[in-house]
Amino acid sequence: MKKNSSVVVDLLLLLLAITVLATPAFSDLVLSKVERRIDVTSQIARVTKTLKVVNSGSESVSEFTLTFPKFLGNNLAYLSVSHSEGKGKAKRSLANLSVKEAHPKGMPDSISFYSVSLPKPLSKGDTLTLEVVAAFTNVLQPFPEKITQRDIHLVMLQESAQYLSPYVVESQSLSIKLPNARIESYSKLENTKVQGSEIKYGPYKNLAQYSYAPIVVHFESKAAFAVAEKLVREIEVSHWGNVQVTEHYNLVHRGAQLKGEFSRLEYQDRPNPQGVSAFRHLLARLPPRAHSIYYRDDIGNISTSQMQSDSKKTELLIEPRFPLFGGWKTFFTIGYGLPLSDFLFASEGKRFLDISFGSPMIDLVTEKLIVQVVLPEGSKDISVTTPFAVKQSHEIKYSHLDIAGRPVVVLEKNNVVPDHNQKIQVYYKFSNINLLSEPLMLITGFFVLFITCIIYTRADFSISKSSAAYLAKLQWDEVLATLQEVQNIIQKCLAAHDKLEASLRDLSRTGDIQTCKAARKSTDSLLKDLSKELRPLLASLQSFPSASQISPKVEELVAKERELQEKLMAKHTTVVEGYEKKSSGRDIENRIASQQQKIIALRQEVDDLLEFIDEI
Amino acid sequence: MAAVESLPPGTPSAMRNAFGTVLSALILVLIGVLAFSIRLFSVIKYESVIHEFDPYFNYRVTQFLSKNGIYEFWNWFDDRTWYPLGRVIGGTVYPGLTLTAGTIWWVLNAINIPLSVETVCVFTAPVFSAFASWATYLLTKEVKGSGAGLAAAALLAMVPSYISRSVAGSYDNEAVAIFALIFTFYLYIKTLNTGSLFYATLNAIAYFYMVCSWGGYTFIINLIPMHVLLCIVTGRYSPRLYIAYAPLVVLGTLLAALVPVVGFNAVLTSEHFASFLVFIIIHVVALVYYIKGILTPKMFKVAVTLVVSIGLVVCLIVVAVLVALVASSPTGGWSGRSLSLLDPTYASKYIPIIASVSEHQPPTWPSYFMDINVLAFLVPAGIIACFSPLSDASSFVVLYIVMSVYFSGVMVRLMLVLAPAACIMSGIALSQAFDVFTGSIKYQLSSKSKDDAEDNTSTKNAPKDDASSGKADKGEEVAKERLSKKGKKKEREPAEKPSVKSKIVKKKALVLPLEASIVALLLLIMLGAFYVIHCVWAAAEAYSAPSIVLTSQSHDGLHVFDDFRESYAWLSHNTDVDDKVASWWDYGYQTTAMANRTVIVDNNTWNNTHIATVGTAMSSPEKAAWEIFNSLDVKYVLVVFGGVIGYPSDDINKFLWMVRIGGGEFPHIKEADYLRDGQYRIDSEATPTMLNCLMYKLCYYRFVETDGKGYDRVRRTEIGKKHFKLTHFEEVFTSHHWMVRIYKLKPQKNRIRGRVKKLKQKTTSGVSSKSVKKNPWM
Repeated sequence: MKKNSSVVVDLLLLLLAITVLATPAFSDLVLSKVERRIDVTSQIARVTKTLKVVNSGSESVSEFTLTFPKFLGNNLAYLSVSHSEGKGKAKRSLANLSVKEAHPKGMPDSISFYSVSLPKPLSKGDTLTLEVVAAFTNVLQPFPEKITQRDIHLVMLQESAQYLSPYVVESQSLSIKLPNARIESYSKLENTKVQGSEIKYGPYKNLAQYSYAPIVVHFESKAAFAVAEKLVREIEVSHWGNVQVTEHYNLVHRGAQLKGEFSRLEYQDRPNPQGVSAFRHLLARLPPRAHSIYYRDDIGNISTSQMQSDSKKTELLIEPRFPLFGGWKTFFTIGYGLPLSDFLFASEGKRFLDISFGSPMIDLVTEKLIVQVVLPEGSKDISVTTPFAVKQSHEIKYSHLDIAGRPVVVLEKNNVVPDHNQKIQVYYKFSNINLLSEPLMLITGFFVLFITCIIYTRADFSISKSSAAYLAKLQWDEVLATLQEVQNIIQKCLAAHDKLEASLRDLSRTGDIQTCKAARKSTDSLLKDLSKELRPLLASLQSFPSASQISPKVEELVAKERELQEKLMAKHTTVVEGYEKKSSGRDIENRIASQQQKIIALRQEVDDLLEFIDEI
Repeated sequence: MAAVESLPPGTPSAMRNAFGTVLSALILVLIGVLAFSIRLFSVIKYESVIHEFDPYFNYRVTQFLSKNGIYEFWNWFDDRTWYPLGRVIGGTVYPGLTLTAGTIWWVLNAINIPLSVETVCVFTAPVFSAFASWATYLLTKEVKGSGAGLAAAALLAMVPSYISRSVAGSYDNEAVAIFALIFTFYLYIKTLNTGSLFYATLNAIAYFYMVCSWGGYTFIINLIPMHVLLCIVTGRYSPRLYIAYAPLVVLGTLLAALVPVVGFNAVLTSEHFASFLVFIIIHVVALVYYIKGILTPKMFKVAVTLVVSIGLVVCLIVVAVLVALVASSPTGGWSGRSLSLLDPTYASKYIPIIASVSEHQPPTWPSYFMDINVLAFLVPAGIIACFSPLSDASSFVVLYIVMSVYFSGVMVRLMLVLAPAACIMSGIALSQAFDVFTGSIKYQLSSKSKDDAEDNTSTKNAPKDDASSGKADKGEEVAKERLSKKGKKKEREPAEKPSVKSKIVKKKALVLPLEASIVALLLLIMLGAFYVIHCVWAAAEAYSAPSIVLTSQSHDGLHVFDDFRESYAWLSHNTDVDDKVASWWDYGYQTTAMANRTVIVDNNTWNNTHIATVGTAMSSPEKAAWEIFNSLDVKYVLVVFGGVIGYPSDDINKFLWMVRIGGGEFPHIKEADYLRDGQYRIDSEATPTMLNCLMYKLCYYRFVETDGKGYDRVRRTEIGKKHFKLTHFEEVFTSHHWMVRIYKLKPQKNRIRGRVKKLKQKTTSGVSSKSVKKNPWM
């Protein structure tokens, strides 16, 4: 109630001021016809006016003054004035005119003045038609201010039935479009008509300057009174083909506050759900080809959202975690990617990003909007053009693998309505070479890593080259190398043994003694060579102190191998002799049986020893 | 194990070693990738979000750390919890996990990779499970060579028990603690094998990290002394053992005392006494060995008798002092959780608050199969493999598995400690089995070709092939030897000799027929495949649910129940920042982390009385409950109710614990009052105390109007008291599926003078004193 009473006081003051007012400063112009349409179907009061201006004075006029009562003027979010030429169907709208807030002297505080500079001075007798679009926020006052879950949501609009103007108005009419036909009350003046959900006041003829006839309309509104107390939009341009938009919403329901209990039962009651004053969802109209859309808040993903997309638009229907009743708040983030080619263009050696300024949410009022355009690292000569005044500043943001940081253009504006959803342009210079810097950095990084690894494994990093441990290590390496060689030789010996055995088997099959003898001869020489090779190795192995544990084993191995060799030779000789003597196979076998056993045992031992050495 | 098989035989040895090293490195990388990615099911199926209860607290602490820095963190007094007592977070939390994630976050941000704290927290556990599987490789390699190491690492990477605690989002102490545990064991074994003081120091540092991370560090500080004792008793004392143990106790205890949450407990509580006792014993033994070395045998005998008689007296005195010390403290110096480890029935007898946690219950048999699956069958084979031959290292893992089997039998939660042991054992078993089978296949094949006597080269290869399976780890072995010092080599040699001999003997004995080996190999591979399938299933279906989001598959698609976050979000945005919210302690961490509201009790159940107060309030009638809550400055009461959608772990099902815990402190709450003939019920047969208690009323307020009957889908019955009004509370929020209901305390009514007087006249002094008793805060 406090708010309402203050408004009433305002109204009284205004009336008082108007009666006192008697200045002819603006009297040269006459408004021959004023049509006003107020649309209050959403939470924003959108006023469209068509003003027909006639210069009845003698001097040409280049400025036109628009006035609003202060309580409206304070809530003015958007104002655009354009003028149209021609008549009837040939009427066309021309460019917007520049509007400035003015503070003429001697005028009362209860009126806001805006001066519009006309496209060309209006000379005597000329007429001009102006189209004024104004959007007001917070002018629909919830009344009563607190309602329970079961109540319907009523709001109140205060206006003047007569057009408040510093000029004489010859004829004016006002129509108010309400969301539905349920009207609680409205001020009844003369010439008031109600047609369904529309209330008409007027026409009123020949009104004096500053005529004022306060009216109050009290009606039901089902619109979502969704207000973003703060909205941060971050638009990040990546020249790899993506524009990433992230929007953080601090949302509040600015309708009548909920009083008393919230009952889920009644809210979900199927036949007659209650709690109509709460809003369940918001609709975001995203640009076409938006992709990778997410919707989350501080504590994770919010699963209640739907998306529809076609070639013209992407519609995202999001539902907050809980239904928002009057006065309830919530916070969430939506993010989406856009194809770069749709938003980035080049002109005159510069690139520019052409992207909409406001939130994609329908019918959302933003009290404080911060748009951060993050340009790629290495962008230069940044400039911004906006269709309306915004506060600008620059920042640096460090993101993935940045060194110099990315330049950020920060744009701030208060009280933003959907009418502000116009394109802004961010111009900057960027060379494509910069694109390669990060991949190159990664490549270099890994290259250096691998090089370091290679150097580390190859190079010798011992601090003291003369320390005992270091020397021991070097020596041990040598021991191992020698061992390897010994092993190889032994393996060769064993292979030679196998060959010999094979020749024996051949002999038993073919009876060809000569080949067998030849094989024996070659094996003999080979083994002799090998044992020659072995000798220096063994000597060197013994010279190493660190090999003291191993060398007996190796010696044993060599001895066993030699023994094996001898036994094998003996066996070979016996067999060959047996064949030469043409003794029977069984006889030979009997004779070599004991030898054979020994050979197998020896071979086993040699294998074991080899394996043991291998284990080292 | 794959490495062992895929090593191509016959190539020159050096080349093969290099190839083997690279191959096993590659396999290790792949195992790491496997361990990481198998834990991402929760992110893919649900979302990248912190899970369950405790992780939310850790997440909140990490947020604080990243925002305020390390010094603020140590001094953090949290006034958002345990109202009005508060909690000194810096001094009561194991900081390992938080510091780890905080450091990762800090490093990433320092090199301009702007990951959020949440993302880092979510992925800490999977990253550390990759580390843990590498640590397992190292540990098993020290025990049985790199083939077994790779097998164990692969098994650990996907063991369900460990997955259950380390899926992405499960940001809990265990996530890093298991890595720390295995790594500490690895360094201990490494020190034991090398006798290097360098590794001993690293071991102490790893132990310090473990102490930082998890209360389970007591497992290490008891297991290692037990192993040392085992070694001494079995006559395996060596200077290496001394180096492995003594620095660990000294440095480890000093470092552990640096952690605020442990502090002087590191020397005062009984959990640590075993290590000091063994520390004394090992010194005595070392002295004996030294004296034995310098004295003649005869002199030595004299000295022994002398020392033993004096030593016994000293020992008796020490033991008496210890016993007196321990006995003087109320719980005998053992914390409740540790006591319930020794006596599994301890908790249920004395501490309902420990018993009420489901993860402190003993496991059932199916949970063994669920959590370690086929490993349960492979473990015995692994133990046998460890005994042939028994080395210091293998005796350690045998001891480890025995102890962890016992502990896992006491508490489900400690299944987590069993899992690495089971993996190591199974890895050893698998690796040995593969060795034998592939070895005998190769042997058979080569001996066949030998018989043919056609191919000379094959005979040349035969002996090599036979040994090749054992050679797989040679590359590693050689590298290790190079690093190690000369002196150590000498000590190792004698120990190695018999082992090698017996290995050779075994190998020769274990040549199996070709067909049998092939069939056995196939069976082993099938077993492995079954294990992999089970693990993937467990990771995907059983252990990935974050528990704050529930989903159900119905005929019309996936249904998501996101009620918890819905109501936490409501609390966080639509109540005053200093409002106090009362709920059962389960939801304390989540409320502080997600809703950022002050809670009365939370999951850190340090103050039993406080929890009992909330339990008492919940089990009292409305008016008494209002008084208790009002005296605690509570503005909102949150209850979890599953009756609408059939969510079984709701407050009504937990209610008996509230009664028990409340009754433990405030005797006017009697469990019997809430039970009808020993049965817990909420239908028309329920006791009036039950039907009038606050919990019942808050859960079922206007519940009957949903379907007209008040049918509770969890209890599968119609509720007892259907229509009632709340006098002291009002409903302010109920989530979409009624899972969370939040009530506000109604403001106190203006007192009418006459009524108050009347009441005063009515109540005698005895009654009023009784009512005072009912409310512990007034």
